[in-house]
Amino acid sequence: MSNKKLAIIATKGTLDWGYPPFILASTGAALGYDVEIFFTFYGLQLLKRDMNVSVSPLGNPGMPMPMAMDKWFPVIGTAIPGMQSIMTAMMKQKMKSKGVASLDELRDLCLEAEVKMVACQMTVDLFDLDPRDFIEGVTFGGAATFFEFAGESDISLYI
Amino acid sequence: MANFDQELDASGLNCPLPILRAKKSLAGMSAGQVLHIIATDPGAVKDFEAFAKQTGNELMESKEEGGKFVFLIKKS
Repeated sequence: MSNKKLAIIATKGTLDWGYPPFILASTGAALGYDVEIFFTFYGLQLLKRDMNVSVSPLGNPGMPMPMAMDKWFPVIGTAIPGMQSIMTAMMKQKMKSKGVASLDELRDLCLEAEVKMVACQMTVDLFDLDPRDFIEGVTFGGAATFFEFAGESDISLYI
Repeated sequence: MANFDQELDASGLNCPLPILRAKKSLAGMSAGQVLHIIATDPGAVKDFEAFAKQTGNELMESKEEGGKFVFLIKKS
């Protein structure tokens, strides 16, 4: 019997949105799925060796803040320089204290489990990204490459 | 408490780490051997049920013990 297949498109390059693709891919692999993630647009940030991703409170009304700050802190305040790095540091600290894996750790677990990572060639060119900045094992392809795998997959997710 | 061959302490770890660590431990064991897992993530209870169902490894025991969740999984 051939394995079940999970195909994911990762389009977001922020600390919070980096989690779903890597959590689902690593868990899918642990459950015996063959997994492929197609990274496109901002999702390509998740392939960088130095994955310097952050989370921004700016224009992010669904983001819970410490001390329920999102309820009383003026929206304009979220645009203050430095807010983004403060919120990113706080988010990372919170995740660590709750035993949530770091993105790097989850990505390593994915690689260990042989999750296939495909970078969208078109967006790599569009944003002038240097493939040498990416982790090893990444392959490059286009939409048709994604369909080759997704067409046979049992689950297909756009994140 | 049944006998077990290997132990995994996943205390303090959150989803999906207990499952991923268990998978890794099981990979190094042989068929019929039993893995004893300790976790503190309440989500692990349902997750290990689902893990066992989908991987064919048998969940022999799942219980709460002194605020921790304890599982016995037999490798298929």
